[in-house]
Amino acid sequence: MLTAEDKKLVHQVWDKVSGCQEEVGAEALERMFITFPQTKTYFPHFDLHHGSDQIRGHGKKVVAALGNAVKNLDNLSQALSELSNLHAYNLRVDPPRFALQLLSQCFQVVLAVHLGKDYTPEMHAAVDKFMSAVAAVLAEKYR
Amino acid sequence: MVHWSAEEKQLIASVWGKVNVEECGAEALARLLIVYPWTQRFFDNFGNLSSPTAIVGNPKVRAHGKKVLTSFGEAIKNLDNLKVTYSKLSELHCDKLHVDPENFRLLGDILIIVLAAHFTKDFTPACQATWQKLVGVVAHALAHKYH
Repeated sequence: MLTAEDKKLVHQVWDKVSGCQEEVGAEALERMFITFPQTKTYFPHFDLHHGSDQIRGHGKKVVAALGNAVKNLDNLSQALSELSNLHAYNLRVDPPRFALQLLSQCFQVVLAVHLGKDYTPEMHAAVDKFMSAVAAVLAEKYR
Repeated sequence: MVHWSAEEKQLIASVWGKVNVEECGAEALARLLIVYPWTQRFFDNFGNLSSPTAIVGNPKVRAHGKKVLTSFGEAIKNLDNLKVTYSKLSELHCDKLHVDPENFRLLGDILIIVLAAHFTKDFTPACQATWQKLVGVVAHALAHKYH
């Protein structure tokens, strides 16, 4: 699915936001909760106010996991195996294709906000493919 | 009928007021064809769509992108009457163009990203939420006459 060129572009994007990864994570989550309120149903135990420590902490976790995926583009299944188990058996974010797609959209909006014109169509395509691949791996064990 | 708060209407108007319909439309359509290449199936007669560069530079893509976004502008002018406004367009997309309504959602998401890249920090979470609602409602209106 991901060509060599796609992988290169994903790495480039990741490098460009390497200085503000924590912010990117928090902002993506915040946008997701505001834009797609149904996603809040998975976080009844969180303080979801703007700037909440829990959102920052969780955003950081999500971006770290994505960063791990970026480092292991040739072996996403294995790299995300634990997370895949977690999402399938514990978190049961459902349906996997749909809810994770909402986070993917918000994550890409944050990238576009941070990179502006530098978020080229080619990067956009590569990141979209990457996020789809991650979502597919996370959904692997659902049933 | 969809309810729009005063704040939502303001967020829509303030963004739309700053949008260059030709540029933005061209970019949104180009990105749709690049990011989701299967959408090229609807544009066999558009000539060279063989690479992102070709797509971005393709004059038919630019022209059609402008057309699509201009039509979107009509939706914005008729937020309280969308289904009627888009009735004929919906029939066209179903009966003549045979476009799966899922594609409207894809284009809507792409438009949001184009706006985000253009307005950067000014495209606040509140802006995004309102515009995602808008593109969703527009997509729904376009699909309304499908049978």
